[in-house]
Amino acid sequence: MRIPLSWLREYTQLPAGATAEDLMAELVAVGLEEEAVHRPADSIAGPIVVGQVLSLVKEPQTNGKTINWCQVRVVPEGHEQTLTGKGIDPSGVQGIVCGAHNFAEGDKVVVTLPGATLPGDFHIAARKTYGHVSAGMIASARELGIGEDHDGIIVLSRLGLDPEIGTDALELLGLTDEAAEINVTPDRSYCFSIRGIAREYAHATGTAFEDPATQVAVPEKLEGGYPVVLDDRAPVYGVPGCDRFVARTVRGVDPTRPTPPWMVSRLRLAGVRSISLPVDISNYVMFELGQPTHCYDLDKLTGTITVRRAEDGEKIETLDGKIRDLDAEDLLITDESGPIGIAGVMGGASTECSDQTVNVLVEAAHFDTVTVGRSRRRHKLPSEASKRFERGVDWEVADEAAQRVVDLLVELGGGTADEAGTDVGTEPQRPEIVLPAAFASERIGMEFSEELIARVLGDLGAEIDRRGHDFLVTPPSWRNDLETKEDLSEEVARLVGYDKIPSRLPVAPPGRGFTRTQQQRRRLVQALADAGLTEVLAYPFVSKAANETFGVAEAGAARPAVKLANPLSEEFGWLRTSMLPGLIEVAKRNHSRGFRDLALYETGLVFLPADGALGTATIPPLGALPSEEELEELDAGLPDQPLHVGAIFTGHDSPAAAGHTPRVWDWADAIDVARLAGEVLGVDLVVAQGSHQAFHPGRTAQLSLRSGELVGVAGELHPKLLEAHDLPARTVALELDADALFEAAPDVIVARHISTFPVATQDVALIVDAAIPADEVKEALREGAGELLEEVHLFDVYVGRGIDEGKKSLAFALRFRAPDRTLTADEASEARAAAVARAAERYGAVQR
Amino acid sequence: MTETLPGVTVPDPLDEAAVTAAVSRALEEISGASTLDELKAVRLAHTGEKSPLALANRAIGALPKESKSSAGKIVGAARGRVNKAIAERSEVLEAENDARILVEETVDVTAAPRRRRAGARHPLSTLQDRVSEIFVGMGWEIAEGPELESEWYNFDALNFKPDHPAREMQDTFFVEPADRHLLLRTHTSPVQVRSMLERDVPIYVLCPGKVFRTDELDATHTPVFHQFEGLAIDEGLSMADLRGTLAHFARQMFGQEAQIRLRPNFFPFTEPSAELDIWHPGAKGGPRWIEWGGCGMVNPNVLRAAGIDPDVYSGFAFGMGIERTLMFRNDVVDMRDMIEGDVRFSEHFGMEI
Repeated sequence: MRIPLSWLREYTQLPAGATAEDLMAELVAVGLEEEAVHRPADSIAGPIVVGQVLSLVKEPQTNGKTINWCQVRVVPEGHEQTLTGKGIDPSGVQGIVCGAHNFAEGDKVVVTLPGATLPGDFHIAARKTYGHVSAGMIASARELGIGEDHDGIIVLSRLGLDPEIGTDALELLGLTDEAAEINVTPDRSYCFSIRGIAREYAHATGTAFEDPATQVAVPEKLEGGYPVVLDDRAPVYGVPGCDRFVARTVRGVDPTRPTPPWMVSRLRLAGVRSISLPVDISNYVMFELGQPTHCYDLDKLTGTITVRRAEDGEKIETLDGKIRDLDAEDLLITDESGPIGIAGVMGGASTECSDQTVNVLVEAAHFDTVTVGRSRRRHKLPSEASKRFERGVDWEVADEAAQRVVDLLVELGGGTADEAGTDVGTEPQRPEIVLPAAFASERIGMEFSEELIARVLGDLGAEIDRRGHDFLVTPPSWRNDLETKEDLSEEVARLVGYDKIPSRLPVAPPGRGFTRTQQQRRRLVQALADAGLTEVLAYPFVSKAANETFGVAEAGAARPAVKLANPLSEEFGWLRTSMLPGLIEVAKRNHSRGFRDLALYETGLVFLPADGALGTATIPPLGALPSEEELEELDAGLPDQPLHVGAIFTGHDSPAAAGHTPRVWDWADAIDVARLAGEVLGVDLVVAQGSHQAFHPGRTAQLSLRSGELVGVAGELHPKLLEAHDLPARTVALELDADALFEAAPDVIVARHISTFPVATQDVALIVDAAIPADEVKEALREGAGELLEEVHLFDVYVGRGIDEGKKSLAFALRFRAPDRTLTADEASEARAAAVARAAERYGAVQR
Repeated sequence: MTETLPGVTVPDPLDEAAVTAAVSRALEEISGASTLDELKAVRLAHTGEKSPLALANRAIGALPKESKSSAGKIVGAARGRVNKAIAERSEVLEAENDARILVEETVDVTAAPRRRRAGARHPLSTLQDRVSEIFVGMGWEIAEGPELESEWYNFDALNFKPDHPAREMQDTFFVEPADRHLLLRTHTSPVQVRSMLERDVPIYVLCPGKVFRTDELDATHTPVFHQFEGLAIDEGLSMADLRGTLAHFARQMFGQEAQIRLRPNFFPFTEPSAELDIWHPGAKGGPRWIEWGGCGMVNPNVLRAAGIDPDVYSGFAFGMGIERTLMFRNDVVDMRDMIEGDVRFSEHFGMEI
């Protein structure tokens, strides 16, 4: 909402010198947030004055144009030119070259004198042109930034003005006024008017306020006017679409009369441009009182006006010239010819006022918020009118607004008002709110006296009764947002000032700290950073193809995914089922920026719907506790959303440097980091040869829990996939179900009893088929060696000379130790032999 | 006849002056030795088997019995002096040698390579942890919930009327099929509702997490961002408690000088509602109030939806954007830096914010 200061000043004590910034500083305290300042004077400066064209000589030019060489008086005859400066003629008459032709000798015009500045940082100076020194400019509306018209200059008489020569034109055209733009929250619809803002300004400053609605004289009773019937047979939520319709008639209006500059200027500052006198008046009254109105050409109306819902197949041509199909829920203004307007949204073309209009029917109606909101959305027709109706308009102000329009049509348009008028409808029941006297104090946390509460509510315009210690409060008609005692407590706090609310720190009951899962998540996220990876946060929006590649292990396997109904991009219209597509995008972006050695990770939710319907057909109503069954159904409609962790590694593990050769990340790093992720949580992951369509078929590990549950994949990404994504060969990645890891983590770790007896170390090299996984051979050794084995690890894999084709040699180091004695060499050798025997039995391993 | 080296004169073991002269020569050469190798040569020349003093010593054996003792004293003392001088000189030269080797081993420490990759947390993630720690320290619990959520939790339970503009497709990501009331949560408030349904009063929870709005990514907007929301439900809570909690939190986050300001505002889920501003002394362009989030007293309809009696209990709630907090706290000027995953952004922060 933009508030021209001159307008607000009519109804408040806004000081004469106050700026838009001053106003906003006051309004912010009552909850009207500052948005912007609109000040023409920031881009335009005088001397810009009224001049009269004394003479005009047409001079054809060689370029085909004809210019006017004008003598323009800018100081009243007999007065002295008080301005000085380069280009100012002391005689008070300026010689000016003008290219426009819409004026004649004797016209009063706007002269921008040398020294003036126009919007666009355009400085006016005397300059030589077409063989003359042109000492200034005769201005068009566009040059002054007050209109689009640049074909001709402003002729003041055509604006209905006859000012004295030399008058300050900035003042005259309202260019010294300015507007404060504030943000109005959706509950405070009454602030979409000068009337509402004026009231708030009075609240904020404690100064006097004059209600503009009381400035018009409305007849006691309106009757005998144009016939109007309210006939809503399908109210939404039981609220009638229209519960008041005021219609007034003004005859003999000249719609071609100019809108006075003060009105044009205020409308412009308020954000709308001047269209025609009737439209401007209608808009002016809407901004002033918050009540949208509409002017029909009375002679185009046919019979009784009926306000009703649309019928099947009905259409309307709206003011913008578009034919619109109407919905059965649309509320219409109709006459006997059919629809003539969509209520509160837009009028119809067939009954529009034109330059030929003589008789006008003024409508000021009260429409239901939901009905208007839905029509506005349905027809995508946001407007200043629908904005107000959707949020709620004061039921009481309709007749006053109609009267104001009538008065202005009479005053400015030369019309005559009919005495008869129409006012049909029923005032909705206003709530009576019970406000216990102590309630506001308790809710706000500071003491309010009963006198203060009564005064505040009175200032708001509420009617107050007392019953014991309760206030019985009927909110004013313009405050449809006040429904509960909590609402009233806010009003008390707001008018007293939020800055007066004291500060007190409540003490929470003894807490449990982070939950175990929260601690695990924090540890996991930190451990990966500690291990040298960089955390990123990608969007969870991915393509269908990405989900089909990464979300399932096998090509062609189906994994349902969630599709957005209204994605920002159709391509990335799906919710991720894997962390890897996002990480690949981030890796690519970094590559394109010249960063090729990467180790990135992300933790986040993935969305894994099961087959079957998502969501619920209905949802429980507002303001009440749903049943257990309803809540269960809501949760059953949600897909599984586990926390996953993914990582991707490209290039080298560290920057190359003098004396340091970095290592290229390889498949083993992916597996290693996956195991690390398990270890920091106390979970020992089982690594096995795996397969996944997004990964290299021979360099993929599947990662499982000891229970056998598959929890992830790690290894080298598929070469074709890397090629397609333009990522370096041998890029490796991993993904784990973090929630599964958290769950598998041991509750209590049982201590290991440390033996201090000496260690006996023995190595063994075993030849096995090349296809047998080393880890399985190791497990066989472990099992065979028995309890004396403390640790076994693979320290060499050899293929080549001395080893048959299709075989490999695995070298293991075995460490033996007894808890209670020093092992003899024989004991160790025996255990080693048992270990080898098991490997031989299970995998045909032969000692080298 | 004793063998002598060329040019070496063997002193008479009884001629004290001659022995002393030999010692003097030796001492002179010892002190003249500038390296351990030179000293070794000097040592061989003056203490070796063919050295004058060794030969003089050997000559004692041939002396008459009565002269042996005094000759032995003279030569013994002389050899002692020479050996001592060699030992001393050797020590000096060895120390010099050791020092020289260390000097020669000097490296350019400024050229030390970085062998380990320093990892980094995303600052939004670090900030979220930091905020959580402050509230856990105050005895609050951290609550989490699904990102894909039922419309009821996101809107109805929070007193958004069915025709509230916020429900429109322009703001909210709905998922298909569109009539099944599932959406990506537009705020973390659904977690508050879940907290109220799951817990017994009193409730003091903080809900951090990812939220979604259909804004195109630009310098100041992103369709995916993070919030943290607090909720306290207890007997007798008022706006003063809300202010006190926010003021305490602001001081923990921004230091003891931090100040907050409340301005009236509107949210469907709180009444009264307020906008929360924080005083930012270090703001670019001078100290000023910065809009930080929204807050208010929980609307009784929200309590009712969670089965809590609004006549017995009251509560307050607040919510702030983590991106926004990072932007003004750490002077991030472009939202895209937080989104795109450019490693320079996270790595600059490291593990800190």
